[in-house]
Amino acid sequence: MENRILMQGNHAVGEGGLQGGCQAYFGYPITPQNELTQYMAKRMVEERKVFIQAESELAAINMVFGASLVGARAMTTSSSPGISLKQEGISYMVGCELPGVIVNIQRGGPGLGNIAGAQGDYFQATRGGGHGDYYLIVLAPDSVQEMYDLTREAFDLADKYRNPVIVLADGILGQMLEPVKIVKKNPMSNFSAKKDWILDGCKGRKPRMVRSLLMGEGVLEEHNLKLGKKYERMRKSEVRVETDNLEDAEVALVGYGISARICKEAMEIARQKGIKVGLVRPITLWPFPEKVIAENVDRLKAFLVIEMSLGQMVEDVRLATNGKCPVYFYGRTGGGIPEVDVIVERIEKILK
Amino acid sequence: MKKIFSRPESLTAKRNIYCSGCGHGIVHRLIAEVIDELGIREKTIGVAPVGCAVFAYDYWNFDVTEAAHGRPPAVATGIKRVLPDRVVFTYQGDGDLAAIGTAETVHAANRGENITIIFVNNGVYGMTGGQMAPTTLIAQKTTTTPLGRDPKIAGYPIKISEALGQLEGSVYIERVTVNSPKNTIKAKRAIKKAFQNQIQNKGFSLVEVLSMCPIAWGVNPVEALKWIEQKMIPVFPLGVIKDKDLTAKGNL
Repeated sequence: MENRILMQGNHAVGEGGLQGGCQAYFGYPITPQNELTQYMAKRMVEERKVFIQAESELAAINMVFGASLVGARAMTTSSSPGISLKQEGISYMVGCELPGVIVNIQRGGPGLGNIAGAQGDYFQATRGGGHGDYYLIVLAPDSVQEMYDLTREAFDLADKYRNPVIVLADGILGQMLEPVKIVKKNPMSNFSAKKDWILDGCKGRKPRMVRSLLMGEGVLEEHNLKLGKKYERMRKSEVRVETDNLEDAEVALVGYGISARICKEAMEIARQKGIKVGLVRPITLWPFPEKVIAENVDRLKAFLVIEMSLGQMVEDVRLATNGKCPVYFYGRTGGGIPEVDVIVERIEKILK
Repeated sequence: MKKIFSRPESLTAKRNIYCSGCGHGIVHRLIAEVIDELGIREKTIGVAPVGCAVFAYDYWNFDVTEAAHGRPPAVATGIKRVLPDRVVFTYQGDGDLAAIGTAETVHAANRGENITIIFVNNGVYGMTGGQMAPTTLIAQKTTTTPLGRDPKIAGYPIKISEALGQLEGSVYIERVTVNSPKNTIKAKRAIKKAFQNQIQNKGFSLVEVLSMCPIAWGVNPVEALKWIEQKMIPVFPLGVIKDKDLTAKGNL
């Protein structure tokens, strides 16, 4: 029997980070991700790695900047309001081509909102989030196992592209308990060996500078075009998506994260009723799995997008269908959870 | 003939962009001389601010990064905690350190981060066009206090060094200036001590340098030297504000 441990989602993110080679963690308390910072406070010290409870999310992300700058695999975690504060630092990290992992255990917004799980930060995560012209890989786990796996893998992706990676989960995933198979791997991947850009003192080499200020005429454009090529490579190589029952489906549900779990249940109930329902679950929200949507526009009668927001990912689904297939939306906001019965009713209504 | 004066190895040959009479060039050089003298050029990592000194990385011949406005102490914390054997310093202006970055400054000091901060106080935002700084003097005219800083509207010049001296985590804080050769020599001595403290793992050290900004002050470079003497020093007195070495001996 394989060895599995019952873990809370927040703890799984922390342990995944450690197995991904996280050498420095910087956090600031915010619900519903406090168990994660507390977990790291214990585990990072046990592993003789860097842990700081920062004075703010701004400070935490800038500590990640500093740690990444000198070659460490670094991580910070927070929830929606705190992630807004981190956007400044994330933008600078992209400009400076510094890797790093940022985890958002989303809660209800806008403003202080509430502490329930929500999916209102999709736009922020998938459109860069801070100022400037950039993208990040956004990973969306839908189970505690994936909280662990995707956080671990996020470090490799960050180093591979020298770009921050966001793990976008929510308060429900953060709080719930599920069995996790712990996959240990060499915590330092082969990407780390190639960090020939870090600032660690100029012994035996010319001094280096890491900066995002590029004032010369055309210099910033050239830099951004270089970054643009990186985003293109991500679009080509990093799309991850789970599909189910699309072969004979008339309606495809599209949901990510905890919403996808609800979609799976709705799909099963609909199938028991003889309704042919399939599922598209984006695992990378950026790059968005537009190909799998586009490939199915002719065969499907409709897409039904399920989110815990007023409708954000639905826009990406519409873009991918390019008007060739109707796209419907059902969402709950402010911490509301989409109901399985309502999803099944909507599917029946669409097919009427 | 013996060469007795030359550019420090830690300073590049690049011409700086600073205005005539500006103090930044002097402070950059003092830091470079100290780093040369301590033999730490190859293990030093500098953090440049946002403000007039944003291009500092062009002038120093060692590893330098640039932080977001006000965040150098947080960036330096990340660097130093990962590489404790390197020498890490931040170079920050008054807006960077004492306005937008107050939280980062206070908490780096309070954690007793073993870093060095060189804090250049010229009482004004130079880069953006002479706006009020947190350290702007009462009645001083700036582009955002055209009638002079009125404390009823804009508060008081902040004595951040004195405030930082109150924190258990700070080890050494001194205020100096570079308005005369004599004061510049003293400034260099303070900067050297702030770096030595870090090398000796003593903890958080900060040197505040009162520096000239003739352009934003609306005076000529020579008048700016007197301006420091007559206007700034009475509000920001020079000297050691905190030195745990001295307090341990009962001398401060």
